Amino acid sequence: MSILQVEHICKSFGETKVLQDISFELQEGETLAIIGSSGSGKTTMLRCLNFLERADSGSISVRGKTVFDGAAAAAESENELREKRLHFGLVFQSFNLFPQYTALRNVTLARELQEKEKPGWKENRKAIQKQIEEEGMELLRRMGLADRAGHYPHQLSGGQQQRVAIARALAMHPDILCFDEPTSALDPELTGEVLKVIRALAEQKTTMIIVTHEMAFARDVADRVVFMDGGVVVESGPAREVIDNPKEERTRQFLARYSEQ
Amino acid sequence: MFMTVLGALNEGFVQTLKLFAVTLIGAIPLGLVIAFGSMSRFTPLRWLSRTVVWIIRGTPLILQLYILFFVPGMVLGRSPWPGGETGRFIAAAVAFIINYACYFSEIYRGGIQGVPKGQQEAGQVLGMTRRQIFFKITLLQMIKRIVPPMSNEVITLVKDTSMARVISMQEIIWAGYSFMKGSHGYSGLLWPLFFTGVYYLVFNGVVTVLLERLEKKLAYFA
Repeated sequence: MSILQVEHICKSFGETKVLQDISFELQEGETLAIIGSSGSGKTTMLRCLNFLERADSGSISVRGKTVFDGAAAAAESENELREKRLHFGLVFQSFNLFPQYTALRNVTLARELQEKEKPGWKENRKAIQKQIEEEGMELLRRMGLADRAGHYPHQLSGGQQQRVAIARALAMHPDILCFDEPTSALDPELTGEVLKVIRALAEQKTTMIIVTHEMAFARDVADRVVFMDGGVVVESGPAREVIDNPKEERTRQFLARYSEQ
Repeated sequence: MFMTVLGALNEGFVQTLKLFAVTLIGAIPLGLVIAFGSMSRFTPLRWLSRTVVWIIRGTPLILQLYILFFVPGMVLGRSPWPGGETGRFIAAAVAFIINYACYFSEIYRGGIQGVPKGQQEAGQVLGMTRRQIFFKITLLQMIKRIVPPMSNEVITLVKDTSMARVISMQEIIWAGYSFMKGSHGYSGLLWPLFFTGVYYLVFNGVVTVLLERLEKKLAYFA
């Protein structure tokens, strides 16, 4: 059974149809790259998965359980919504780290707030906090940032900030980790360190969806690629197949524009 | 003579400080409520909040003091305010709190809306509640943004308290002026009134230093 099933998602902003009948699946441990030009709806698709936007119709299921059904009324409580959101993690293009907290605190804050709501927090506060902190340190270590734990975001480079953001998303143990153009806001010399970390995650079989403009990276790291244009899925398939031998004319044109650059 | 004047001015200044403190304590949280009201998705509430802000900011504080002090008594037949200085102080405090809360609310609104939307979204995708997002993420960033404009308002408030004398609240300018009219066995004395300026200057100096310290304290993040 696939870990994620997206079926017939449609979304309009006013008159503009941003997503038209988007469907795709994702297997556990797979990395999916969504490519396409700006305005093709890639980011909106990710935002629908993370419930930052509400699709107009269609459905989204995680491990066979429906988390979104456009046909049903939006009646869930804040807590139900939060629970559904946590199936997904999201790494933003602009990092969106919390500036008033250190790198480590950025990683541990949401976990701690989550634990606070559970029974037994008061009795075991010290032990739980210690464990969350250790987990946070371990994540920063995996990101190569152990020595930056006490730094505030403005003291870190863009690449370091984005790696903290990845650690922060991983701390919540999402089923599916989404990346929204994770290197687009970075200077070219800093993209490498972020891509390296994502590549390592792919090798560890983290289930991921990556919206990206890095074609070579998508080809190497992703298992499958979805090419979107004008709010529809034009072509999808194994990464190398789609990028090396696109079947659709629109995919070919898009990729040709990229290789010219 | 000097000690007599100083004693009377000190007494007036205590009233000034009390009005200043009570206004801040009341207006800082009330301003937040009005700010949320004027950002509400519930249109009637938003409309109401913005209308109140428009009226309060659009009319002179002196007029609001007069209206608040006299009109309830005219409508009810007897004044709702307790007699004497206590009543005048309460009326003045209510007027000041409402007036300053409206100004604060607009500063807060700017501060909250100035926090990038991505901050809230980052909290959402991490499974935080709206409350947690406000208190753990937005609030401190908002405070950092509003300290400079709030400093302006607070310094203005120190001086604005002198307007309470229009309903005869016995603050420091009232005390200074009393030596001109005749009080404590003196009359025609001008300098006590002018001397009140020293109190305002010194106190505002202290306020400025404290607020600058707060600003520095929040400079640790960008």
